[in-house]
Amino acid sequence: MAVELDVFVGNTTIMDEEVYQLWLDGYTVNDAVKVRMVSEGMEEYEASAEVVMSDTMDQYRTFQMCERLLHNPTKLANQLLFQIPPHRQAMLIERYYTFDDVFVREVLGKKLSKGTKKDLDDVSSKTGITLKSCRRQFDNFKRVFKVVEELKGPLVENIRQNFILSDKLARDYAAIVFFANNRFETGKRKLQYLTFQDFAFCAGQLIKNWTVGAVGESVFLYVLDNMVEDMDVDLDKEFLQDLKELKILITDKDLLDQHKSLVCTALRGKTKVYTEMETNFKNLSRGLVNIAAKLTNTKDVRDFFIDLVEKFIEPCRSDRWASADMRLYLTHYTNSAHLLDTFKYQVVWDRYMGVIKSCIFKMYHD
Amino acid sequence: MPGKLKAKIVAGRHLPVMDRASDLTDAFVEVKFGNTTFKTDVYPKCLNPQWNSEWFKFEVDDEDLQDEPLQITVLDHDTYSANDAIGKVYIDIDPLLCSEAASVISGWFPIYDTIHGIRGEINVLVKVDLFNDLNRFRQSSCGVKFFCTTSIPLCYRAAMVHGFVEELVVNEDPEYQWIDRIRTPRASNEARQRLISLMSGELQRKIGLKVLEMGGNAVVGYLQCFDLEGESGIVVRAIGTACTLDKLSAGANANAYTHPNTAPASNACNSPSKDSKESPLAHGCRSTHNSPVHSTCSAQRLSQNFSVSVPTLIFAGMGSGGSVGKEAGPLKMLLRQQTQTALEQREFPFFTLTCFPPGFLVHVGGVVSARSVKLLDRIHNPDEPETRDAWWEEIRQEIKSHAKALGCHAVVGYSESTSICEEVCILSAAGTAAILNPRYMREGCLDIGSGDHSCGFCHIPYDELNMPFPAQLTYCYQCRRQKVPDVLFTTIDLPTEAAVSGKGCLIQARLCRLKKKAQGEVNATSISNLLPFMEYELHTQLMNKLKLRSMNALFGLRIQISIGENMLLGLASATGVYLSALPTPGGIQIAGKASGDLSNEQHVLSIQKRINDAMAKNKEMYHINPPELSEEAAGSPIPEPKQRSRLFRSQSESSDELSELDLSHGKKDAFVLEIDDTDAVEDIHSLLTDAPPPAGFYSCNTEVMPGVYNWTSGLQMFTSVRVLRLSNANLTNQSLNKIFTDMCENLLKSLYFKLRSMIPCCLCHVNFTVAVPEDELIQVAVTAVAMSFDKEPILEKLGDRANEDQLQFPMELCAESASVAISNLTAKFTATSVDYGSFADRCSTWLELIRLKAHTIRRGSVKTISSSERCSPLPEGRSRSLRSTRSSGGGGGGTAVTVVKMTPLSFLPGTRLIKYLGIINMFFIRETTSLREEGGVSGFLHTFIAEVFAMVRAHVAALGGNAVVSYSMKECVFMENPNKNQAQCLINVSGDAVVFVRDTDQEATPTLIHTSCGGTDGPT
Repeated sequence: MAVELDVFVGNTTIMDEEVYQLWLDGYTVNDAVKVRMVSEGMEEYEASAEVVMSDTMDQYRTFQMCERLLHNPTKLANQLLFQIPPHRQAMLIERYYTFDDVFVREVLGKKLSKGTKKDLDDVSSKTGITLKSCRRQFDNFKRVFKVVEELKGPLVENIRQNFILSDKLARDYAAIVFFANNRFETGKRKLQYLTFQDFAFCAGQLIKNWTVGAVGESVFLYVLDNMVEDMDVDLDKEFLQDLKELKILITDKDLLDQHKSLVCTALRGKTKVYTEMETNFKNLSRGLVNIAAKLTNTKDVRDFFIDLVEKFIEPCRSDRWASADMRLYLTHYTNSAHLLDTFKYQVVWDRYMGVIKSCIFKMYHD
Repeated sequence: MPGKLKAKIVAGRHLPVMDRASDLTDAFVEVKFGNTTFKTDVYPKCLNPQWNSEWFKFEVDDEDLQDEPLQITVLDHDTYSANDAIGKVYIDIDPLLCSEAASVISGWFPIYDTIHGIRGEINVLVKVDLFNDLNRFRQSSCGVKFFCTTSIPLCYRAAMVHGFVEELVVNEDPEYQWIDRIRTPRASNEARQRLISLMSGELQRKIGLKVLEMGGNAVVGYLQCFDLEGESGIVVRAIGTACTLDKLSAGANANAYTHPNTAPASNACNSPSKDSKESPLAHGCRSTHNSPVHSTCSAQRLSQNFSVSVPTLIFAGMGSGGSVGKEAGPLKMLLRQQTQTALEQREFPFFTLTCFPPGFLVHVGGVVSARSVKLLDRIHNPDEPETRDAWWEEIRQEIKSHAKALGCHAVVGYSESTSICEEVCILSAAGTAAILNPRYMREGCLDIGSGDHSCGFCHIPYDELNMPFPAQLTYCYQCRRQKVPDVLFTTIDLPTEAAVSGKGCLIQARLCRLKKKAQGEVNATSISNLLPFMEYELHTQLMNKLKLRSMNALFGLRIQISIGENMLLGLASATGVYLSALPTPGGIQIAGKASGDLSNEQHVLSIQKRINDAMAKNKEMYHINPPELSEEAAGSPIPEPKQRSRLFRSQSESSDELSELDLSHGKKDAFVLEIDDTDAVEDIHSLLTDAPPPAGFYSCNTEVMPGVYNWTSGLQMFTSVRVLRLSNANLTNQSLNKIFTDMCENLLKSLYFKLRSMIPCCLCHVNFTVAVPEDELIQVAVTAVAMSFDKEPILEKLGDRANEDQLQFPMELCAESASVAISNLTAKFTATSVDYGSFADRCSTWLELIRLKAHTIRRGSVKTISSSERCSPLPEGRSRSLRSTRSSGGGGGGTAVTVVKMTPLSFLPGTRLIKYLGIINMFFIRETTSLREEGGVSGFLHTFIAEVFAMVRAHVAALGGNAVVSYSMKECVFMENPNKNQAQCLINVSGDAVVFVRDTDQEATPTLIHTSCGGTDGPT
């Protein structure tokens, strides 16, 4: 006796969130049945493995049929094949596009290419996430990337509208797209301690402050007129060029000393690591300004985060600065530059240091 | 030339990519009606084309409008090769032909291809301008309304029920024509779809003509079926009940339902209760309608009647219908004669309705059925479908005569079906023999309340001295006046006025019988030989299961027998209930073979214990607490002490009184199953293996579950299909039975599990269909609706209630006090008569068979326990339960796509149906040559069923509706050839498209009332 065919179709499509999650997580039907059998509330229905199996198969089939629509979430709302209440549609989409932070850390900043996809089995064995789930997540990244790549306008908004995602998830995708586009290096051992959320925050800062779209309303209109694409995805070239001017802070000996003394005066007596700050000032300042000066090179853009860690975070950490010390130092470091009479690049400095400050705050784990 | 059809193609969306090179499509549309075709421009390189075409106009006969569908084909333009078809949409124009239904069809339709399924959507506008046709000899029947609903549709009132209409048309099946060898599967499928669409249009038109001839304006309970007879062709046949319906305007509506609210109060004090003979007042009011101000008790009702301006008729003699006392023998005879003449004018006094206005159904006799096995031959001349007509005629005659044998003049809840395997075909018909109130056959008096008792329909219609079959009679447990049977089987829904104790439950009997493979007449003979035994066994199973649940009546009984090459499948489904009017069922007793063997006795005892436990458990589960009747119950309706005592005696010492009824064997009601008998072992086994539904679930196959009233708007209609492959070549009947039973049980379990989030919930209108699609395959398909309800019943005072919503007919509260109706014609049950004649040897009918078997059993080991030992015979006190609906938010909205609810029931809880838009009757074929790629057979069928639902919803939405009621999947033929990676499936669905609005105004509107036995209120 074999069940040759077994289907259940409801006028309103029935979807069990638990099974949906198992499906998203890449469980095979058999594994999903095993998980469900021991999950809570099953005894209540005296559900036999057979019944659970039949249900699971049905649901998996439904999800597979829906997957095509989930690739294009705007279609889900006006397709006719499945009658799904709007709040369930939102759930389906949100869950489908939700990704594992562990997974995204592995591919963050990598080119979303076939090559990377081929390496997903390594990622899978490393993270313990099933290959199927890895592929789904990777394809999601790629799909979002492809769609917004061709669109004008603000990145987060584009993602939210085209994929009907929550604000949080749309921002995360914006970060992923931004990282993939600029190919930021995130995989080095030194960066391993950083979580995706750290990077996502930094990406948010960069998008908000350093891209073409970041520069005020008037520029925004100007940009639209000129049909500049990817305004949120690419860094503002002019700004990067301007950053070179900051070099004066470390090349001009007077300026450097003046800056140091201003910072030290402000810091004295306010921190336990004052001595270390004083001794390291020039090194740290050189580090930050050099990062700024090199950002015109794509290669150096990619190394942005590793540079931040190597040139700033690691020295501080080896001197056992507390987060509060770091904040104090960077605040005064930034503000003191305004007091330098001969330093003319206040606007660029603020735009640069604003992002650097918040990135380092986020990246500096005690 | 009385009609102009106009169509406009607006836009398309989500079209498939037809040009691989550009990943785009150059789409255009052909619009075809009859032989005229129009084309839109090509909309190049776009998957969401905006054609915005002109209005394409077709000037056509209304005959064609009825027969033909509008055919829309979407194609991809190709400069060098032939244009590729993307898919088609067939639009049935019929709803536009009726002024009360839809006025325009407008919306997105899925573009359907029989090979690829749904491929995008198209937005279409369709209108019809009808010219007045004064031609009296016309062939069209525009304007006749069709309803699948098997009750009077909710926003109508029946001015008159004319009776049975039937028609069939035949044609060659395109799939079996020579041309099929050279054309593509797509072309062949489309030819078939088109043909069936045409045939059902033609059929509907012809039925409409018959209705017009009869003077009606609508067909209710329209049941259309296809017989795919293979080589012999396609038969499309339909039956229905012709009616004259008046639309209730909003005002009249309110009247109809609110007025009775006030009536009972006055009734209670004024109306004479007991012997209506002494109540000229009630008599006058009820039956004659010439005077609207006769009495308090009926003034309201009458004015309501007048408000809808029904011609009032005077029934001088007939009026007695309202009140026939127990001793009114001659009157009863008179009544019967008159009714009979009214009905006998009709060839077939059949009604496809399953729900009736109160008072319509006087008595119910029991189930009558007939089957006949036929050998198919080619239909030589499609225009003369005489053979098929004659076959059905024969069966209907059979049914009619069975009904007569039960003392009934009509058959209600009537349906017909077929099962075909190769060249053998079983034709089946079944219904419930009944006596109807003659007034309903006359013009203009349909919603007159009868003074009927809620128990009236249970009373036996036949002569107790000359019973058509052995049965045990007792006095009705409610009115104490009339005889009732111990068990009642019917094919109808539970009458709204019936008093029920506890809840109901789905009861199924399942049976497999192997048969040898054979050809032609030999095959047909062996099938017809097997049939009576199958029917008998199904019946026994039903009876046992009913008793095990401590219930005494079955409603909605449907017995399906399907033939395969090497087996017959039988499946009987019904809803068991405990009718308060009927006696408490006795127990089931297990008997060993009377050997002194100790272990054997122990075995018997243990089984007996299990059965007793199961019965006790069931009683509790279904809340069956027949009232312990104390004789002195206040307001006891039994007026004369003399009569009472006599009644009492007849109960407790049944033998004395009842001996005059030839009940020598039937006076005791317990079943004895002897376990040495292999059949019985099997019976016991199947009894005890039926798992009860999990807590929080109920199920029934009728419209609603007795005992559950406060539905929420939570609703889930579904279809589930399972096919089992029998691997074992050497199957016995027993093992096959077990497999089949397990299959059905597992399917139910799966449903409960899937729908667990809806608890507390009831599966209503559970409709199983079985088939043997191939040698070793068993297919079971279920369509049902799960409806959740609130645990705490909201009981309301009697005063406020009654409502148009779920109520098929306004309840008649007057009934409660106004005492006995036409009732002397005693009612009675179960004669299932079957006929296997026609093809070859005629078998004995059910009646004979049962009689025969009853004897056999008795000789063997029947012992009986009188149930009356436990139960005192006084009528149940007043018990009323109200059904209330909570208006709860529910269902979506806000999306671009209209949410369309679907239900096999005739109503949607918590809503009011305000408009019927027309019948939905769709037939689809889907075929694939890449079965594996589509997810195997399950993936293929899953997609197809989802597509069918989507197309139904789209059509309803385009008509301006938001729900389908009385939805059913009448055909689901699935064929596969996994080796060739192919499969094909045909699905036929139907239903009524409606517009509903939510009851948002009141929090708890009781929408349906169950009033239990009247009489109790009346002063003596």
